[in-house]
Amino acid sequence: MKEFLEGSQAIAKMVKLCRPGVISAYPITPQTHIVEELAQFVSNGELDSQFINVESEHSAASVVLGASATGVRVFSATSSQGLFYMQEVIFNIAGLRLPVVLACANRAISAPINIWNDQQDSVPLRDAGWIQLYAEDVQETADLHLIAYRLAEDKNIMLPVMVCMDGFTLTHGIETVDIPSQELVDKYLPPYKAPYKLDTENPITIGPLVDADYYMETRYAIEQTMKDVLKAIPKATAEFAKVFGREYNGLIEGYRISDADKVIVAMGSVCGTIKDTVDELRKKGKKVGLLKITSYRPFPIQEIYEALKGVPRLAVLDRALSLGSYAPLASEVRAVFFGKKKKPSVISSFVAGLGGRDITKDSIKNIFSMLTNKERAGEFIDLKPELLQEKYE
Amino acid sequence: MSDPTVKKNLFSVGHTGCAGCGQVMAARAVINSAGPNTIIANSTGCLEVLSTKYPETAWEVPFIHSLFENSAAVASGVEAALIYLGKKDTTNIIAQGGDGGTADIGLQALSGMLERGHDILYVCYDNEAYMNTGVQRSGLTPFKTNTSTSPIGKASLGNVRPKKPLPEIVNAHGIPYVATASIAFIQDLQRKVKKAISIKGPKYIQVHVPCPLGWRHESNQSVAVGKLAIETGLYPLIEYENGVLTARKIQPKPVEEYLKVQGRFKHLLNNPEEIKKIQEIADNNIRKYNLKAETAPQA
Repeated sequence: MKEFLEGSQAIAKMVKLCRPGVISAYPITPQTHIVEELAQFVSNGELDSQFINVESEHSAASVVLGASATGVRVFSATSSQGLFYMQEVIFNIAGLRLPVVLACANRAISAPINIWNDQQDSVPLRDAGWIQLYAEDVQETADLHLIAYRLAEDKNIMLPVMVCMDGFTLTHGIETVDIPSQELVDKYLPPYKAPYKLDTENPITIGPLVDADYYMETRYAIEQTMKDVLKAIPKATAEFAKVFGREYNGLIEGYRISDADKVIVAMGSVCGTIKDTVDELRKKGKKVGLLKITSYRPFPIQEIYEALKGVPRLAVLDRALSLGSYAPLASEVRAVFFGKKKKPSVISSFVAGLGGRDITKDSIKNIFSMLTNKERAGEFIDLKPELLQEKYE
Repeated sequence: MSDPTVKKNLFSVGHTGCAGCGQVMAARAVINSAGPNTIIANSTGCLEVLSTKYPETAWEVPFIHSLFENSAAVASGVEAALIYLGKKDTTNIIAQGGDGGTADIGLQALSGMLERGHDILYVCYDNEAYMNTGVQRSGLTPFKTNTSTSPIGKASLGNVRPKKPLPEIVNAHGIPYVATASIAFIQDLQRKVKKAISIKGPKYIQVHVPCPLGWRHESNQSVAVGKLAIETGLYPLIEYENGVLTARKIQPKPVEEYLKVQGRFKHLLNNPEEIKKIQEIADNNIRKYNLKAETAPQA
């Protein structure tokens, strides 16, 4: 049913339809509306779930870890500092191969403290062993939660999924969203059957000490599974399209790239702004396009290569940094083409929208116009030079 | 241990614990008293390391180890899942860790577990320092102990602060059951575990577990050393049931008898002034918990 909903409400409604048995979270802006809504569903008796209010994000992640290890579908949500506080548990959940689904409302990181959107929280956790999916709009954000459970609980995958959505833009923005029926969701997402769990009928030890004789294989196994996930995501989205009628590739999405000579590569809600700008520039005869990356982990190297190998100039737009090196997405897109014969002649890197600074259509036009034969590395867009003049004596 | 009602050791032989490890004795008594319908969430530390070296495990019950500071939170998640599955009433949950994992790095998660009222028994195995990493000082290390991060030297006589009063801090959460125990009184420990799991809500037992390596005593002296800690008043055996205190009575021995049998206190033996300060800690305990027996206690 189509409803006019705040992003957080849409996510909460979709998560409710997924029937998580245990939910745990700790308040942090801009994530909080999601779990407030879920708490209300539980309080109303509309959702049969244990909602555990914890004293920190570290414990929120630990609670869902323990519940998932007991064989129950779980959900958590966080943002920024909260995700960083969870970090140790985040890595642990992946190592334990637990199918946790977590919503990350992307927000800048401190210091200086800033509650607004960029992707400096989830991007640094790309190496954690989680599947990371980035949403463009509210509908996709909601839908990705459903797809996330399907992927995570696949017995051939058994990895956690982080659904990343730009804070405020997608958590507080209001859009028309199609919320499916429980019947359809149940058809797409059967009840979770844990292949291994804490059960007194069949006692097992989870999380043992593993030394050099066995450790590397556990990490290799995750790496191999990530390759399987690249195949599983398009299958999960194809099945999703059959049941719900909405089509996603799930790995990448090309927008007007087949004949483009300039393409921006980006993740998240900025892709909507880029699409609008592309349409505008196309009307003026400019051959521009967008490649949206939905799956940042696993990183669809081959798919990106095939989509972009014939494009003369690429601009990679990062809303995160790796201070002291290339911007993260840019360095990975560059690596896709390393050593290839057929590849773009220019791959420039731009950083924009940190700490909630708006990325406008003008910002995007600026990027396209700076995408010349001169390759740019980590060019900051919409920087205010006057603020850099202050001296600390 | 020698509990005739136990048919099978739920913490089996073949672990890699040191000879005379007090924690192993305590852990076995705890799980055998709790029984097979128990799920354990264990913090990182000696106990997890010595009992779960892949591909072997000493545990005959479901066991999960996640991280150093989160066993109370992981156990909270296990409890929530069991409630959701309708299995909570037939399953006991124990969260356990060492003194560092409980009193220091895990205190926040423990406090959250207590405050939320989960039906979980938390067991702290208190060997009074970070033994797994090489005897560093923890919040439960006693006053003037020589450890690797509170080493004695010209300017120091060891750990500068007394033990954090963790049983009191836990009791202040208003939970139904708090106790201390010792491997020197194993039947008392077994009784306390059984009582704890019969009570609904959060429970806490802190077990004094001598560590021959860290305390520097002979490995066949663990029980004797543990007993002296109780008999001097330095480690009171207490129970709070809904806040009401009971304590095991003692005929107090001088603290020197406890100090002199351990290398970690050797530097204090010719220092009457410091011994006096430690005697004051014992005397305060004896007064506070009314430990002194009117007549000799029964064996």
